[in-house]
Amino acid sequence: MRVALFVACFNDALFPGTGRAVVRLLERLGHEVAFPSAQTCCGQMHWTTGYHAEAAGLARGFAAAFAGHDAIVTPSASCAATVRRDHARILRAAGERDVPPAPPVHELTEFLVDVLGVTDVGASFPHRVAYHPTCHSARALGAGDRPLRLLRAVRGLELAEIPAADECCGFGGTFALKNADVSVALVADKVRHIRSAAPDVVCAVDNSCLAHIGGALSRQRSGVRVLHLAEILAGDGA
Amino acid sequence: MTSRDRVLGRIRDALGPARGTPVAVPRDYRRHLGAGRADVLALFLERVAGHGTPVRHVGADELATALAAALWSRDVKRIIVPPGLPSGWLAELDGVEIAPDAPGTAPDAADTVVTGCAAAVAETGTIVLDGGRGQGRRALTLRPGLHLCVVHADQIAGTVPEAVARLLPSRPQTWLTGPAVAPGPSRAPSPHGPSALEVLVVED
Amino acid sequence: MTPRPKFAAAARPALADTALRRALADTAADARARRAAAVAELPDWPALRAAGRAVKDRTLLNLDACLERLERAVVDAGGTVHWAENAAQAARTVVRLAAAAGAGEVAAPAASVLEEIGLDGALTAAGIAVHRTGADAEFPAGARVAVTGVDLMVAETGTMVALERAGDVRRCLTVPDALITVAGLEQVVPDRADLEVLLQSVSRSAGERLAPVVSAWTGVVAGDGPAAFHLVLVDNGRTRALADEVGRAALRCVGCDACLHVCPVYERTGPEPYGAPHAGPIGAIRTPQLRGVASAANASLPFASTLCGACADVCPVEIDIPEVLVRLRGKVVDARRGRPVPTPELAMMRAAAWTLTDPHRYEAALRGGTRWARLLARGGRIRRLPGRLGVWTDARDLPVPPARSFRVWWRDRGERP
Repeated sequence: MRVALFVACFNDALFPGTGRAVVRLLERLGHEVAFPSAQTCCGQMHWTTGYHAEAAGLARGFAAAFAGHDAIVTPSASCAATVRRDHARILRAAGERDVPPAPPVHELTEFLVDVLGVTDVGASFPHRVAYHPTCHSARALGAGDRPLRLLRAVRGLELAEIPAADECCGFGGTFALKNADVSVALVADKVRHIRSAAPDVVCAVDNSCLAHIGGALSRQRSGVRVLHLAEILAGDGA
Repeated sequence: MTSRDRVLGRIRDALGPARGTPVAVPRDYRRHLGAGRADVLALFLERVAGHGTPVRHVGADELATALAAALWSRDVKRIIVPPGLPSGWLAELDGVEIAPDAPGTAPDAADTVVTGCAAAVAETGTIVLDGGRGQGRRALTLRPGLHLCVVHADQIAGTVPEAVARLLPSRPQTWLTGPAVAPGPSRAPSPHGPSALEVLVVED
Repeated sequence: MTPRPKFAAAARPALADTALRRALADTAADARARRAAAVAELPDWPALRAAGRAVKDRTLLNLDACLERLERAVVDAGGTVHWAENAAQAARTVVRLAAAAGAGEVAAPAASVLEEIGLDGALTAAGIAVHRTGADAEFPAGARVAVTGVDLMVAETGTMVALERAGDVRRCLTVPDALITVAGLEQVVPDRADLEVLLQSVSRSAGERLAPVVSAWTGVVAGDGPAAFHLVLVDNGRTRALADEVGRAALRCVGCDACLHVCPVYERTGPEPYGAPHAGPIGAIRTPQLRGVASAANASLPFASTLCGACADVCPVEIDIPEVLVRLRGKVVDARRGRPVPTPELAMMRAAAWTLTDPHRYEAALRGGTRWARLLARGGRIRRLPGRLGVWTDARDLPVPPARSFRVWWRDRGERP
């Protein structure tokens, strides 16, 4: 299958290793990866911060960049949700009528489990790993236990359970800046719960939330690393 | 122009072309428990008892005796009864003064009240009073003293939708589900709720 | 009077109060567990939510007809209906009715709509004592007039319904002279059959099989309760909210408070920073819609959320609170676009959008931004960011962007065989 990768601007700049891991993983599974070079940003930050006219330009740009691709995969649950759920809202808010369906974007774990039908991707990662279900993966996309099924099939991986795992880490995009004190209070509780599970690594399917959690873990010099799930599945996270 | 006209006008302006759009309500929720009479009755008994409310299930010919026993066991000397309470219910009372409720009077707070009910709900352990025959006005059952409520088995609906369908909305309804509690997480008994309810379910 | 501060500033005292934080967390955990248990017992919960949503949408899209029908039914049952355009008019109406009934005191159990219209102050100013009954206040034995809120009104029959835990409204229904019920326009539902849905979904959302005390009253009943019944219908910004096709979903709210107890923000801040009368996620969408976003405090409310979506998951009438929050954020931003000098954020967001809508500009910015960020790095992480971004690094490090972005890596990798 020919799969178009939407890497997401945040990953492009700050976490290129995640994009590389997705490429390696999909190619290992025998699929061809394309990277439409006109892609930039899905418009999530503009939309959720209230800059709706600006978000509309980005939504249109996204549709143009991925026109003609019928299998699009992204290692960002929040960007997948933005395209699938919000692009139609964005375009309607901009006054467009007869909004076309959004490009068919799959979050990586959905793509692996639902489209490719695999849970064992042949990875090995001999570490104690905690999975944080980000709000967009768990609620907006309904990822369910797909990420955990993928993790359970990884050789040598020991799963650690985070208490109150489904609670938000407090990132929330520009919320982390506009309501920094509340955001920090939330991530402090999240980090406390994570440390109580004593993992080597915390993984998720949103690098934005991981940057937030990882930023607090790093500030506390906790020794717990954060890693995108794709990098574990690609088997090179050790 | 009155405030009424202005508010209704604002509503019409606010809705614009959407005004009057028909919306179908999907009513594919559960209306019945899908259980037989015996199971519905058993569930009601279990749920009422689960609220900490004493409840007994008696045969029709046992009711008067059971009612008398409940009053004797609490050393009740006087009860207030609403208009229309079946006299047979009180046939076995001996040494208990029976005072009919008189509107306009304020019955003694500690008095015991005996009533029937309009309906009951098994799934929620609820009794419903609506001021009908043998139930009295609202003020009658709003006192700290004991409230003995007689429920006929055929008055027990399985679910809330069944009970709503059986009741007349225009009547003064009171639905009681377990003891009233004070606000907040303490769940202490409310100072305004009936402090002691006792239920007798009578088989027909 | 100093204006209420913005949410972020108003939240600081609560965040610093560890005892309050613990109490809020305990309350929320208890409410969440009780709600989860009450809902898990029902096999038809999704169907009840869908029906509840449709009942309220049906109400709102036909609100004028629904209220006229309610009015006719209340009048037919011996009651009187009053219409109030705003809070002050509603409070004046209640005061006038209480005074006409000759009341020197009224019983008035706590209700958000009574708080909204500032009833206590209005009654006190008119020389009428208010008994705010509740858990720690005895019901005034001699009260002859009562003022209540309500949870649901049935247009078909003119019936008022209150769901309670403590039973204060139930007491009010036994006063002899006059009962005055104050309601928001949106609290009506069309038909009696709608009760079978909302009685269940509101109760279960509050963690009960059914609210401990449910009272229904319709007009005046001879020999049972007050001799006069007045219903005061309050607009006070509701028609403003109704005008927004997305935002009007907030008017579906049935007041169960389930969204408060699952909200991670509310659990840390409590109700104060939201201002009265509605707190939590529902307050963050109701207050700005009812009051407008002109004040900085109200304009900050739609941003007081991480958009985590926990509230939408539990709402018994399926209000997509995050969707409405985002809608309102757009309104706040749009209200500021007209300023002669753009806000720094607007300038930044415009620049970002201009950059991101063109792949070449985007790539150039990526290179520049990466170089800039790498200058700030110390020991493999960024510990301090300049300017407004510094609030991030007050408590959180930032990863250092690698020298080579993904797209550069992809290009360098060349065509695959």
